[in-house]
Amino acid sequence: MTAWFSGEWPWYVAGPLIGLFVPALLIAGNKVFGISSNLRHLCSAIVPGRVEFFRYDWKKVGLWNLVFLGGVLIGGFLASHVYEETRIALSRLGIHDFSGVAPHELFNWSALLTLRGFVSVVVGGFLVGFGTAYAGGCTSGHAISGLANFELPSLIAVFGFFAGGLAATYFILPILLGGI
Amino acid sequence: MTTASLTEIEGCGAGGSEQDVRRPAFLLVYLLLGIAFGAVLSRSEVVSWFRIQEMFHFQSIRMYGIIGSAIATAAASVALIKRVKLKAISGEIIAIPRKELGSGVRYAVGGTIFGLGWTLTGACPGPLFALIGNGVSVMIAAVLSALVGTWAYGWLRPRLPH
Repeated sequence: MTAWFSGEWPWYVAGPLIGLFVPALLIAGNKVFGISSNLRHLCSAIVPGRVEFFRYDWKKVGLWNLVFLGGVLIGGFLASHVYEETRIALSRLGIHDFSGVAPHELFNWSALLTLRGFVSVVVGGFLVGFGTAYAGGCTSGHAISGLANFELPSLIAVFGFFAGGLAATYFILPILLGGI
Repeated sequence: MTTASLTEIEGCGAGGSEQDVRRPAFLLVYLLLGIAFGAVLSRSEVVSWFRIQEMFHFQSIRMYGIIGSAIATAAASVALIKRVKLKAISGEIIAIPRKELGSGVRYAVGGTIFGLGWTLTGACPGPLFALIGNGVSVMIAAVLSALVGTWAYGWLRPRLPH
């Protein structure tokens, strides 16, 4: 049992587990798995303005998904807390070098004032929000739910995800991180 | 999955859900599923900036294995659900609304824009929130910026090709 909470899960365990959220949500209430629509629901709940895209009953359409998203945040906390205990246990064994889930040079509050920190967090976040809204979905809605339902729009979107991801990896990050 | 129009978005979980969706018992189910999803994303390191970089450098099979086996599992489940015409716990017959292709521009361009952001933040929308839970609190700024991005799309939407 403890082995499941220490170290990372192998891909052939993690992948099928993630895939099972599609039938779980369908069976629970005929809901389609997709995270990025929450960004739209949050906009609709907080600042709908006069934008037609945000004028709908977000509680009726998206409350379940926002609750699911709240769970994702809590789940991340619980998992990292367990992980933290594992780290403490490991550090007693003399292991101290843990790279974590994100490079600290980029992802901390004071790095927001540097160009590379600002581009990674603020520009990156904006592109995630704009891109998923324009594409009508993200990795969960298109890559997993959409491809699992054999939908052409999702296939085009996933090609786009990789085109953008590769472009940023090979053309933007090398310039951005040149100094690290 | 953010959908283009109100009719589409209501298709995602419309039907009989109107009666039950705000009942605490149903919301609790979604909360527990969300917690499980956040934990899986974290423990499998899908939330890791480093794993995303390994994927885009083609240096690890890991992310491809995860995404590929997730799709395979989901596809098999969906096919089975359709074959046996399974009903949801809420009583309605499970139906997945199909996405409209249109010109396809929104999928190609929007997808590419998201891909750029995916690499820069090292996270897609689910992991953005899971990372806050993991203690990378600066991702709050990324989420706020993502909301600004989504809002900007909503504002520009009448002028963008779809």
